[in-house]
Amino acid sequence: MTDGVRSYYGHPVIKEPTWTWEIPCYFFTGGLAGASAVLSTASKLFGNEKLSRVALYVGATADAVSPGLLISDLGRPERFHHMLRVFKVTSPMNVGSWVLLVSGGASSTQALLELLGVLKPVKIAAEVASTVFGPPLATYTGVLIADTAVPVWHEARRELPWLFGASAAASAGAAACVFLDPADAGPARRLAIGGVAAEGGLMRAMELRLGEVGEVYQYGAAGSFARAAKGLAGAGAALLALRGRRSRAAAVVGGALVCAGELCLRWSVYKAGIQSARDPKYTVQPQRERASRNGGSKATTLPAARTGSAG
Amino acid sequence: MGSNMAENHPVGFQWVLEARERGAKVIHIDPRFTRTSAMATKWVGIRAGSDIAFLGGVVNYILQNDLWFEEYVKTYTNAPVIIDEAYADTEEADGLFSGWDPGKGRYDITSWSYEGMETHGAAGQREEGFTSKGEQSGHGGHGGGLSHGEPPSEDPDLTHRRCVFQILKRHYARYTPELVAETCGVSVDDFVYVCEALAQNSGRERTSAFCYAVGWTQHTTGVQYIRTAAIIQQLLGNIGRPGGGIMALRGHASIQGSTDIPTLYNILPGYLPMPHAQEYGDFDNFMNSNVAPTGWWGNFRQYWISLMCAYFGPHASSENDWFFEHLPRIDEDNSAYWTLEQMLEGKVKGYILAGENPAVGNANSKAHRLGLAKLDWLVVRDLVEIESAAFWYDSPEIESGELRTEEIATEIFFMPAAAHTEKDGSFTNTQRLLQWHWQATEPKQDCRSELWFYFHLGKLLKSKLKDSQEERDTLIKLLNWDYPTHSAIEEPDAEMVLKEIGGYTSETREPLASYKELKDDGTTACGCWIYCGCYQDGINQPARKKPHWEQDYVAAEWAWAWPANRRLLYNRASAAPDGTPWSEQKKYVYWNGEKWEGIDTPDFDETKPPDYVPPDDAKGPDAIAGSHPFIMQADGRSWLFVPQGLEDGPLPTHYEPHESPFENPLYSQRANPRRQQHKDAWWDPYNPVAGEPGVDLFPHVFTTYRLTEHHTAGGMTRSVPYLAELQPAMFCEVSPELADEVGLEHGGWATIYTTRSAIEARVLVTNRIPPLTVQGRTVHQIGLPYHWGSRLLTSGDSANDLMHAALDPNVHIMETKAATCGIRPGRRPRGRELARFLEELRSHATQERLEPEEVRSTST
Amino acid sequence: MSSGIAEWADEAKTRVGFFTDTSVCIGCKACEVACKEWNLIPQDGQDFLARSYDNTGELNGETWRHVAFIEQEKPLHTNGDGTTGLRWLMESDVCKHCTHAACLDVCPTGSLFRTEFGTVVVQEDICNGCGYCVPACPFGVLDKRHLPATTDKPPLFLGKKEDGRVWKCTLCYDRLRGGHEPACAKACPTKSIQFGPLDELRERADARLEKLQDEGWNGAQLYLRDPDDGIGGGGAFFLLLDDPEVYGLPPDPVVTTSHLGAMWTNMAAAAAVFAVGIAGTFLWGSHD
Repeated sequence: MTDGVRSYYGHPVIKEPTWTWEIPCYFFTGGLAGASAVLSTASKLFGNEKLSRVALYVGATADAVSPGLLISDLGRPERFHHMLRVFKVTSPMNVGSWVLLVSGGASSTQALLELLGVLKPVKIAAEVASTVFGPPLATYTGVLIADTAVPVWHEARRELPWLFGASAAASAGAAACVFLDPADAGPARRLAIGGVAAEGGLMRAMELRLGEVGEVYQYGAAGSFARAAKGLAGAGAALLALRGRRSRAAAVVGGALVCAGELCLRWSVYKAGIQSARDPKYTVQPQRERASRNGGSKATTLPAARTGSAG
Repeated sequence: MGSNMAENHPVGFQWVLEARERGAKVIHIDPRFTRTSAMATKWVGIRAGSDIAFLGGVVNYILQNDLWFEEYVKTYTNAPVIIDEAYADTEEADGLFSGWDPGKGRYDITSWSYEGMETHGAAGQREEGFTSKGEQSGHGGHGGGLSHGEPPSEDPDLTHRRCVFQILKRHYARYTPELVAETCGVSVDDFVYVCEALAQNSGRERTSAFCYAVGWTQHTTGVQYIRTAAIIQQLLGNIGRPGGGIMALRGHASIQGSTDIPTLYNILPGYLPMPHAQEYGDFDNFMNSNVAPTGWWGNFRQYWISLMCAYFGPHASSENDWFFEHLPRIDEDNSAYWTLEQMLEGKVKGYILAGENPAVGNANSKAHRLGLAKLDWLVVRDLVEIESAAFWYDSPEIESGELRTEEIATEIFFMPAAAHTEKDGSFTNTQRLLQWHWQATEPKQDCRSELWFYFHLGKLLKSKLKDSQEERDTLIKLLNWDYPTHSAIEEPDAEMVLKEIGGYTSETREPLASYKELKDDGTTACGCWIYCGCYQDGINQPARKKPHWEQDYVAAEWAWAWPANRRLLYNRASAAPDGTPWSEQKKYVYWNGEKWEGIDTPDFDETKPPDYVPPDDAKGPDAIAGSHPFIMQADGRSWLFVPQGLEDGPLPTHYEPHESPFENPLYSQRANPRRQQHKDAWWDPYNPVAGEPGVDLFPHVFTTYRLTEHHTAGGMTRSVPYLAELQPAMFCEVSPELADEVGLEHGGWATIYTTRSAIEARVLVTNRIPPLTVQGRTVHQIGLPYHWGSRLLTSGDSANDLMHAALDPNVHIMETKAATCGIRPGRRPRGRELARFLEELRSHATQERLEPEEVRSTST
Repeated sequence: MSSGIAEWADEAKTRVGFFTDTSVCIGCKACEVACKEWNLIPQDGQDFLARSYDNTGELNGETWRHVAFIEQEKPLHTNGDGTTGLRWLMESDVCKHCTHAACLDVCPTGSLFRTEFGTVVVQEDICNGCGYCVPACPFGVLDKRHLPATTDKPPLFLGKKEDGRVWKCTLCYDRLRGGHEPACAKACPTKSIQFGPLDELRERADARLEKLQDEGWNGAQLYLRDPDDGIGGGGAFFLLLDDPEVYGLPPDPVVTTSHLGAMWTNMAAAAAVFAVGIAGTFLWGSHD
């Protein structure tokens, strides 16, 4: 028994994900790709061509790397194409695979055509596609992990897409800052700083609302990554805010720090999931409490209450 | 009690659960709370080795509280019989019966006989007079042969001082609930609960059953354990009645078969005795000694001669006394432990192990491994290369240096065996049920069945000896060996062997219907008289597979039970003396006015009326009265008191195990005076016991047992990944209290030791083997599964390395269920460290211990 | 929500499942062995776990029947007669073949599907080892097989050394198609594992629960019998003698898919705000 919760020799009730390092990295690269696509198009619409192009190439690269990460994590990488056998709304991973396919295809097409300077109508179509699919790409992974039995994920299902979106936005802005002259990087800087602030605020809100299971963000690998995320992203944002406009060096370092911080944020969420899966109390206790509140769980059928002394 | 049915007979156990579902009380009495206890309605934890005290207490409770089934006891048992006036009970001689001779170390049993009787022992024992040796007397032990059917002296009112009933009462008078509680470590409440449950559930309307296994037999008083239960069941009227009886849960799918068609040195098929060398005599003498005047052993001639006809065909005839002169004789106890002694002295040249792994499975297994190293040659037939085949390069002795491969001269032949799925054959299980199985696939490569091996070995021997002039080779030369074979590997036709076992007419080989058809004139041949009829009408009866839902609960059309497909033995007792059922509820077999009928084959002369009184000159089965159901007994009754047949007493008495931390609360005679010990045997030293210096080194009681996941010495299961992973390590079960006291860590290692050896095991701390309060102090018990050996997928130390080889005198069985040991945390010493450790322990071992029985004599 | 038998139209059969009655389980593990033998599942480790007699540990890719053992200082019955103060709970755990199966819902390749018998099965020639079903299952049933593959071996190019796919109980789909009961049910000597039409099993279980209550069994309860519970009732359900968590089972499992609708909507909102937010950085401080 851990903390008054009964269990089977302290053994986990659910299974932790079998995913490896590629997945939290993909959360980062996918988010970066999705946000960069939107940033690129918005920049163009608001007349900042330089920012637009940087964001395009950053996003296209991230989009190109992402499938590789996902395929590498698969138990049967040679069967990666099986992801596209069906289109299934109940599977965020399936939906996400299609989104990544379209977004990835679109952004690489757009980047290539931008580089080559040909087929402008195709390039525009690609741009539209990658812009439309960008926001889903950046936020669906929040749904993906929430759509499991993992307590710290499922219970945070309201916050996770927002959190991942904010983190993606911050990453896109920060990445752009690294590759752009500060003079042109204003919106990127603001995006990075705003994104970090939003992400930080959302993290806090999530932890508060999670209750006991939120404690996993305090210890172990999840705790270390969470603290690293705050530190790195915070330092990066500060640097960008204070020095980013004037110093290229500060912009590069600041941008890199924010990216590192947001990568750590993804890792902390990933590790938190594993930690919350491992300790049976995080699964059992909330369910027990819910059952008590509801006067019992329907999962258990007790013998009918006997009245009188017979039997 | 003495069994763990759910774990070791799981398929049979489903019927116990069925009974439980219908409201039956299931009581499990065992030193450990096992998977059986988990299913029981009551568990009573008992000190290993104290069962006779408990059961004797039950007998006393029944007698003191008048809970016995009067009509049954008076008519069906020998309760009214008056015993010889020279008889003295253990109560009178401080733990010995009358007739004890310390010089010979055994009893002269004359004073145990019925008053006025010349007792006639069971088949085999009679030859040697009254001093019985070996297990012939006990085995399949059908009691003595009285000169005529009815004992001369009886008191039908059961009041005579020397009638069995009164002797019984006096004998168990001190087995009070308090004594039971003190000796067994149980509470008075639990004990009384058991007594009341049994008593309330017995009588006309209800019956209770006992199920036991080696938890009862593997003691130096093993046979007496079962005897005590037999007394209880006789007093309660539970024998021969549906839902009653005492079921022996045998430990191997066909071990019943292995004693029926025996692989034992002293009996022939159907529990016929091997002739002895001492009382050489001729055939007539042999017959006279074995043909019982009364009862069904009265047809001994027919059984014997039919067997000889099966063995030797036309070569056996009345001219040559059915080949009697040529038969080998036994002259000693040639049992496994005797053979071990000879092996250690280098006197045994060769040994064949067929599906047996003594290097792990026999008590004092270490001594067995040392013995194997002294053989000239060894043949091992098994499914995998077991420890007994590999001892010469893989064993604890090779590891410690006690044995060196290059110094072992034994030549070993490993012959791979076929599995049961790769051959036709039968199992004879614990219910005496012969069940046929069909071959599913051909054996691979060189694997061969037992039948193939011995048949072709026989052929080879015959061909090598065909020109021999030696007298002793006649047997092999003239052995009837014409079984047909089939398949590419010339597998003998198992059904033809079964047909011969079932018996047929010698001329035309017409299968016989029952042992009643056996003749003593050579016209019948039968490989095993109790199996006679199993091929009735030319049908392989054991192969019948009519499911139970298409039959009544007796299910007589599933397979075939010996004898004569009778499912419940002595079932005449399911009716009252007048032949009517005891009750409608318990109606089974009854007299319908003309004959006995019922839902089972009546175990009685079909047309013998219940009121039949045998004339004075009646012989054989005709000498049994119509009101006496126990037809294999000389007087047709069940025996509460056993005048002849057992080595260690006509009545069970509580003795402490050979090794115990406790004195006997009843007598100064601590342990069974008749138990076999290997005194002065360097290979079988004994721990100090209660009252001796050094007893504190071995303060705990330990018991060995089996797990569902593994089978006996592990060859069949430790080699199978799916089974090995279920129980992947040798472990010991200890209570939290013992763990605390000694410093054992759950999941860690412990070393357990006796003067024989030291082993290591993983530690499982559990509440299921709690400490007990015995004779006013706490005693800890330790549980050890015995499946492990040095080889195969899951390997470990063998529990039997700890075991001594003191044996029960009736059947030479070892006492693996109760002995003493010490325990300490950590892994065991290895190599020279181990030898030093044991030397140190043994220096505390008993010097020439003078047992009380060696001093006292009760012979007149 | 998951698709049902109805999709099979005329090929649909009566829904079947397991009722595992732990009050008659003797912990023999014949179910574990029969399952492995029939399905040719590899052995997964000779590890002494010191968890009572449980050395198997859990359900996973190589263990589709797992017998749990729990020793308790509690009586088996509460009505006092002859009661012993110890009891030993034993339970053969298995995939629940949920009515609303999270694994089936989240499987991105369509490998997991609902059979005509109402059971949930992984198609091993399709599964690409994405592992999504593993944390989706509220009971921790599925797991990826890390042992080397014994069938459909991975290719040299892009292939990994281990099997990599997810495996679980198929309720012996092949045996069902042949008109037989699953291997574990056949092997169980005490009929603890009962196989049959789910409706019939539920009725039987209700009667059994009532009987045990009359006999005073301590803690008797049915688990996953109710079609209104968080997974729509289990295709495999149980009679337990204590709270589910004592056996390692979740007390109030809810299929994650039940919240998916809201999750998508929430994501849509987040995505919209995300897009607007990015655009917004251009409006604020556009002097740069």
